[in-house]
Amino acid sequence: MLKAEGVDKSYRVGGMFAGSKRQVLHDVSFECARGECLGIIGESGSGKSTLGRLLLGIEKPDRGTVTLKGRNVMDRRTRAGALSAVFQNYRSSLNPYFTVEQAIMEPMKAARLARDGMEEKIGELLQLVGLPAGYRSKYPHELSGGEAQRVCIARAISTEPGCILLDEAVSSLDVSVQAQVLELLRSLKERGRTSYIFITHDVQAAAYLCDRIMIFRDGRIEETLETSKLGSVRSAYARKLLASSITI
Amino acid sequence: MNTLEVKGLSVWDEATGSAIVRDSSFVLRQGRCLAIVGESGSGKSMTCKAIMRLNRGTIRQSGRVLLNGEDIGELSEAEMRKRRGKNVCMIVQNGMAAFDPSRPVGVHLRETLRTHFGWGRSEAEGVLRVAMESVMLREPLELMNKYPHQLSGGMLQRVMIALALALRPDVIIADEPTTALDAISQYEVVEQFVRLREEMGCSLLFVSHDLGVVKKIADDVVVMKDGMIVESGSLEAVFGGSRHSYTQYLLSSRLTLSRHFQSIMEGGA
Repeated sequence: MLKAEGVDKSYRVGGMFAGSKRQVLHDVSFECARGECLGIIGESGSGKSTLGRLLLGIEKPDRGTVTLKGRNVMDRRTRAGALSAVFQNYRSSLNPYFTVEQAIMEPMKAARLARDGMEEKIGELLQLVGLPAGYRSKYPHELSGGEAQRVCIARAISTEPGCILLDEAVSSLDVSVQAQVLELLRSLKERGRTSYIFITHDVQAAAYLCDRIMIFRDGRIEETLETSKLGSVRSAYARKLLASSITI
Repeated sequence: MNTLEVKGLSVWDEATGSAIVRDSSFVLRQGRCLAIVGESGSGKSMTCKAIMRLNRGTIRQSGRVLLNGEDIGELSEAEMRKRRGKNVCMIVQNGMAAFDPSRPVGVHLRETLRTHFGWGRSEAEGVLRVAMESVMLREPLELMNKYPHQLSGGMLQRVMIALALALRPDVIIADEPTTALDAISQYEVVEQFVRLREEMGCSLLFVSHDLGVVKKIADDVVVMKDGMIVESGSLEAVFGGSRHSYTQYLLSSRLTLSRHFQSIMEGGA
């Protein structure tokens, strides 16, 4: 489905002329199967968000390719309606001048979906993410963090994309709201068809949602394994990462 | 002995007339750790700021805050400034916003120590080096010459804890100190807090929405909802047999995640 092959990425650091390059991603290759939920976990600064931007086609890799169903994601026609994202910062993800209805409608319009039936579709989507129908005409500042993130999720699934990327989508929410949003994502996953890429530093949230987990460190894949086999990680780093997760 | 005592604290916004904290009372005893838990918007941070008298603008407060038996609500602003840092030290959530972005962190640290103790550069650096090494910050002198943006969130958080160590206050107020951190640094910072208490025997007011962290560190717990304290008591009493439905809800949502994770870890091992 979504496939990365030998992806490298580096950024310039320091001055315009004297600056040096810092490589953020080193030869990253993996594939997310259809209907699969892949978790990417790692520390801050490990390059997981950079990888997320490359997967979304927002940035171009220095080397290697990212393909969705065999077509390069740098081509906007590949992405339109087929690839969507939910980011950590739900406040800046929503246009403050758009109502909830307009926000959800935007990607559907962009993907040139049929206009009729859109009204009912929005009603269905709001119901799906657990928001009352009266929220249609609300503006982002009237929503709480959890509600705003639900609107972002509703918007992401509105075009029924083949793949959704969630970059720290639950990290800035309260633990109780986190549980609700994870529950929502899990129920959406049950509907099948869509692949999820779940980027997070929260091992417990990833374990709750994902089928397969990729441990990321310093721009390299440290280890990839099935969630059910998480107890038997081999590398020392992965073990440390799992052990430092605070359980109740 | 009660180090910090809050009696009937109310905080409200004069401009809108909305109540933020309603008649809240709690006691922090010498050498203990009291955790305030609740969701965002429950008034946890406003309570902390009210204790420090840091609320500005149209925010007003009433009620009494006693620090070592002295009502700090009646102190003049100049007297209060002397108390902040030296007697009550606050560690904030966002390390990046706590330091002056245009100066190396060392400038801030030295200035604070000079203000409170009148220490010179070499004296301050000596104390800071010991404090920074004790929170696992390597090469402290080099670090003090770095700007905030050059350090990670976890490191800045530890620099703040190191400063608290050097100041040796009676009470440390930590407002969501681990929320902005990733799993590994979160774990390390929590370990530092545990050690901080063991070494200095200071009292700690710990604010968090993460019940996992609270369970690791706190002795007593206060649960807040919509500006009101709904439940309080010892950690065992609140976590073991909570009576209030809101506490049970907070616990159950966290337990779902933890249990699932633990079952996977045990099943796979």
